[in-house]
Amino acid sequence: MTVETILLAFRAIRRNVLRSSLTILGIVIGVAAVITMVTLGGGATAQVSSEIANLGSNMLQVRPGQGFRPGGGARSTAAPFDMKDVEAIRRQIFGLEAVAPVSTKNLQAISGNRNWSTSVLGTTNDYLAVRDWSLQSGRSFTEGEMRSGNTVCIIGTTVQRELFGEQDPLGAAIRLEKFFCTVVGVLSSKGQSSFGLDQDDIVLIPLKTFQRRIAGNIDVASVYVSALDGVSTAAVKEDMEGLMRERRRIIRGQDDDFNVRDMKEIAMALTGTTRVLTTLLGAVAAVSLLVGGIGIMNIMLVSVTERTREIGTRLAIGALERDVLRQFLVEAVVLSAFGGVFGILLGLLTAALGSYFMKVPFILNPAIAAVAFLFSAVIGVVFGYFPARRAARLDPIEALRYE
Amino acid sequence: MNNRSPAEKGRETLIELAGITRTYGMGAATVYALRGIDLRILRGEFLAVMGPSGSGKSTCMNILGCLDTPTGGSYLFKGIDVGGLSRDQRALLRRNYLGFVFQGFNLLNRTSAAENVELPLVYRGIPPRERRRKALAALEAVGLSGWGTHTPGELSGGQQQRVAIARAMVIEPELLLADEPTGNLDSRSSQDIKELLRAFNWGRGITVVMVTHDGQMAAYAERVIHFLDGEIYRDEDNGKRPV
Repeated sequence: MTVETILLAFRAIRRNVLRSSLTILGIVIGVAAVITMVTLGGGATAQVSSEIANLGSNMLQVRPGQGFRPGGGARSTAAPFDMKDVEAIRRQIFGLEAVAPVSTKNLQAISGNRNWSTSVLGTTNDYLAVRDWSLQSGRSFTEGEMRSGNTVCIIGTTVQRELFGEQDPLGAAIRLEKFFCTVVGVLSSKGQSSFGLDQDDIVLIPLKTFQRRIAGNIDVASVYVSALDGVSTAAVKEDMEGLMRERRRIIRGQDDDFNVRDMKEIAMALTGTTRVLTTLLGAVAAVSLLVGGIGIMNIMLVSVTERTREIGTRLAIGALERDVLRQFLVEAVVLSAFGGVFGILLGLLTAALGSYFMKVPFILNPAIAAVAFLFSAVIGVVFGYFPARRAARLDPIEALRYE
Repeated sequence: MNNRSPAEKGRETLIELAGITRTYGMGAATVYALRGIDLRILRGEFLAVMGPSGSGKSTCMNILGCLDTPTGGSYLFKGIDVGGLSRDQRALLRRNYLGFVFQGFNLLNRTSAAENVELPLVYRGIPPRERRRKALAALEAVGLSGWGTHTPGELSGGQQQRVAIARAMVIEPELLLADEPTGNLDSRSSQDIKELLRAFNWGRGITVVMVTHDGQMAAYAERVIHFLDGEIYRDEDNGKRPV
């Protein structure tokens, strides 16, 4: 009887293609929407997290001025740092892995007939340690180059591509403003940051070279430090604030004229944002699941009149209540399962396409897929089964006369 | 005395109704559809039930067919007290002994004639091959050989009713209940249906109870009972006998 029941159900499904496919469609859309949105949201979150790890979550940055505001608001009247501040940080702050002074300026880099606007960083080899950045080819600066401010540079892969194309840049010269410098190394690629900046669009030169040939002073615009593993960045931040207040003679009650930024805080804020976004997407998806569910409900309830008469007929010619119920249950389960499977397939497809075009990793959350599937299945079964159950419990004559 | 069939001798009783009542609603609003029906139907009888609308003839049919439950009285089918049966037992009784033909045909839409005819056999657990064979034989018996794959929507009213008769007959029931089987049909189709019912009654000895408004239809029956206001007020022998 079981096989027979399943066959009966299949026959009933095939018999009413429109109703069946509308029901399936409701489930398909609901399930697919949830899977797509949650997968894309999860991919975006994962991407942001990995970028933040890439950025260095043990990194802190200290700059003069009262805060990082958009539009370069940090550039204020506060006194700039110099190498003495850098040395003081290196000596007096506990638990640091590396300390790198950084001054930066956007400049036109020229090589042969090509030119490219990029950001030029005057720094030391410590910058590579702080950023956990390795070289793709060539070498880092020598002590002598850094001490005497030689005209050498290390370039990012974007600059390499724009200025040299496929050619080997090592040993070649690029012109920055009024001077030439020799390329001694190429950085490995870091890709885009989560702020959308191209991290590989960069030229590193020794700080001394920058001070002498570009800035014309001995200032240090900011200091990057990285904490050793196991050292709390919050503690480092506190120590740095204490040290800088002391060095800059800021009395109690007066505001800092510098600020220390902990990348971990930013990382957490960003991850939090994407998580909120994912939740939002999930909520939208849940609504579409609900709408899909209402669609299923509608179709099932609309067909109740016809189905009630059918049930009446079946009862009249000798079907038991449980025969009818089994048939309708199987029918609802088959429809819902079809819809669920199609929904999962469609969801995976759109999620894969979406993550391909949005360039986020494709990370499937099987639990969400299962929940979406179960939800639709339950709606399908409940609304397919319960009207049928009510009808099957009527006296046959009432079911037959149902208008 | 209207309980005594003129053809009683030599035939066993199939159905015995005693004091059957059926009411709708409660208290002052109670409506009496049946006010105490006593009726004996013999095996092999062809009984026509006539009466104006609302006289209780359809209600009586539904009770005979175990589609409806009487409010009071007793109903014996082959000596079994139907009132004491459970829902499922009544369904089994319908499944094994009763065939129905409705005024509105009540075929399953979008389902082929053959599948419609097979339906009662499905519930009897007959294997598919035998089911198909019996269904096609039944369709042939009602003159629809070759129409098995057509759905009700593709058939005329008369043809649909013949499919319904095939569906009722395919289980070879003890009792065929036809509730105004020609009510929705033209006179030509009605004629066919009448002939079919009589053929099954005479040829296979199936007891037929048929509700009708049509005097000509009733003329085919061997016995006609008239309902009025929920009671049987006349029970007459037409003098026709199965050969």
